Amino acid sequence: MLLVEGLRARYGRIEVLHGLDLAVNSGEIVTVIGANGAGKTTLLRCLSGVHPVAGGTVTFRGEILTGVPAWRRVGRGLAQSPEGRQIFTNLTVEENLRLGAYLFADERVEKDMADAFQMFPILKEKRNLVAGGLSGGQQQMLAMARALMGRPSCLLLDEPSMGLAPIIVAQIFDVVKALKALDVTVLLVEQNAFGALKIADRGYVMETGRITLDGPAEELIADPRIREAYLGI
Amino acid sequence: MSELLQFLLSGVTVGAVYALVALGFTIIYNASDVVNFAQGEFVMLGGMTTVFVHAAGAPLPLAVLAAIVLTAALGVAMNKLAIEPARGAPVVSLVIITIGASIFIRGAAQLIFDKQIHSFPAFSGDDPIRIMGATILPQSLWVIGGAVAVFIGLWLFFTRTLLGRAVLATSNNRLAAQLVGINTTFVMTLSFALSAGIGALAGVLVTPITLTSYDVGLGLALKGFAAAMLGGMGNPKGALVGGLALGLLEGLTAGYISSQYKDAAAFIVILAVLFFLPQGLFGRKSTDRV
Repeated sequence: MLLVEGLRARYGRIEVLHGLDLAVNSGEIVTVIGANGAGKTTLLRCLSGVHPVAGGTVTFRGEILTGVPAWRRVGRGLAQSPEGRQIFTNLTVEENLRLGAYLFADERVEKDMADAFQMFPILKEKRNLVAGGLSGGQQQMLAMARALMGRPSCLLLDEPSMGLAPIIVAQIFDVVKALKALDVTVLLVEQNAFGALKIADRGYVMETGRITLDGPAEELIADPRIREAYLGI
Repeated sequence: MSELLQFLLSGVTVGAVYALVALGFTIIYNASDVVNFAQGEFVMLGGMTTVFVHAAGAPLPLAVLAAIVLTAALGVAMNKLAIEPARGAPVVSLVIITIGASIFIRGAAQLIFDKQIHSFPAFSGDDPIRIMGATILPQSLWVIGGAVAVFIGLWLFFTRTLLGRAVLATSNNRLAAQLVGINTTFVMTLSFALSAGIGALAGVLVTPITLTSYDVGLGLALKGFAAAMLGGMGNPKGALVGGLALGLLEGLTAGYISSQYKDAAAFIVILAVLFFLPQGLFGRKSTDRV
C-alpha cells in the first residue's frame, strides 16, 4: 500500500533522512521505533507532503506522490495524526472533527462522527467545548478522530503516546489495534517501543536517519539488541 | 451638543476607513502571521486607479470595479512573487519584504499615475445632510455603509461557508489545515486578494472626502496598523472596534484640542497599547495546553 524507496530529506543543508526504505502492506499495523531525533517525525512529514523530499520516492496505492501537494494526499486516503496533536485549539471538538471531513459533504460525515464518538466517548461529552481546553489525552484522541474523519485507507500516527499517562496510552493503543477491523492500515511512529511493538505486525528500527533493523514485531521484541537499546530490559 | 455630535460623526467616518484598513491587516496576518505594511498602498491604489480609469472615460461604477479587481490582482501578485518564494523565512523577513513592496508600489504609482492630488465626484452629491444641528456628507454615509457591508459580508463568509472555515482553520493551525486537506496556498492567495480588495474599496469610498495621491498609503497604513493593534491583531471584531475607537479619538482630539494633534492620537494609541495591553482589546487569548 505504501512504499518508500531511498527517501532523503533535509533541514537547510543538514540531511536528516539518508535514503530510507520502508513498506507497509494493506491491512498491516507497522511501527517505526527509534530514539528522539532519529528522524521519525520528518519521515511522516515527508509522507504527508508537508516537508519537502530531497530524494527518493513515496508510492501510495500504486501512485508516486512526488509533487502531489499535502492537501491532495488526504483526498487519496493518506491521513496523519501529527506529532504534538496539532488540533485547532480555538475551535470546538465538533468543529475540529468536521474540519477533519473537510473534503466531504455527504451524509457519511454524520455517521463517521458518530463512529468517532463511539471510539472515544469522552469526545462526545466534550463536543461543544473549545479543543484547546482538553487534557493531553483527550487532545490526542481528538487528533486521531479528526484524521479518521478524512476516511483514510492508511493512517500515519506520530507519537500518540507522548506525554500521556500509561492508562490513557493503553486506551489509545487499543483503538489503534481496533483500526484493523475498520480496514485502516496504520504506520505508527513511536518512542514507546514496547507498547508499539506489542500491537504491531511488523516493525522498523530507525537510528539517525537510517533503518537499521526490521522484522516481524514479535521477533524485534525478542531481539537482544532491541531489548537493550529500546525496551530497557 | 451639536458640536460633539459633529465631532463624533466625522470620527465615525474616518474610523470606518481605519477599520477597513485594519481588517486588511487582520486577514493577511491570520493567514500568514505577516503584518503587511503594503496595506496602505492597496488603499491608495483603489482611489488612484478609480481616478485614472474614470478620467479615461469609463463610467464611475465601472472605474470603481476595475480599481478593486486590479488591486486585488496586485495583492495576489505580491503574494506569489514576493511572499510565497520566501516561505520558510522568519516572519520578520516577510514583514520587511512587505515594506519593500510598499515602497515599490508607491514608486511605481508615482511613475504610472503622477504626483498630483486627485479626486472624483462623490457618489450621491455634496449636499450635507443635517442631523440635530450637525452635518454629514452623503459620501460619509457611503463610507460607513461600505464598512458595515464588508464586515457583515466577511462575518457570513467566515461563519457560513466551507471556504471561510478553511481560512479560519488555516489561521489557527496551518499544519493541521494541510493535514485535513485544506489547500493552504490557495487560502493565502485568497487572503491577499480579499485584503487588497477591501483596502481598495476603502480607498475608493474615502477619496471624494479626503482626496488621494500616490503617497497617501503610508499614513493610512500606520493608522490602520494602530487600529488593528488596539483591537488585537488578528481579530476582525478587534479591527472594527479598534478602527472606530481610533477614528473617534482622532475626531475628538481634532475638535477639542487641535486638529494639528489629531495624527498624534494614533501614535499615542500605539504606544499605550504596546505598553499596557500588548494583546489588544480582543487579542488572541492563549488557551493552548501543552
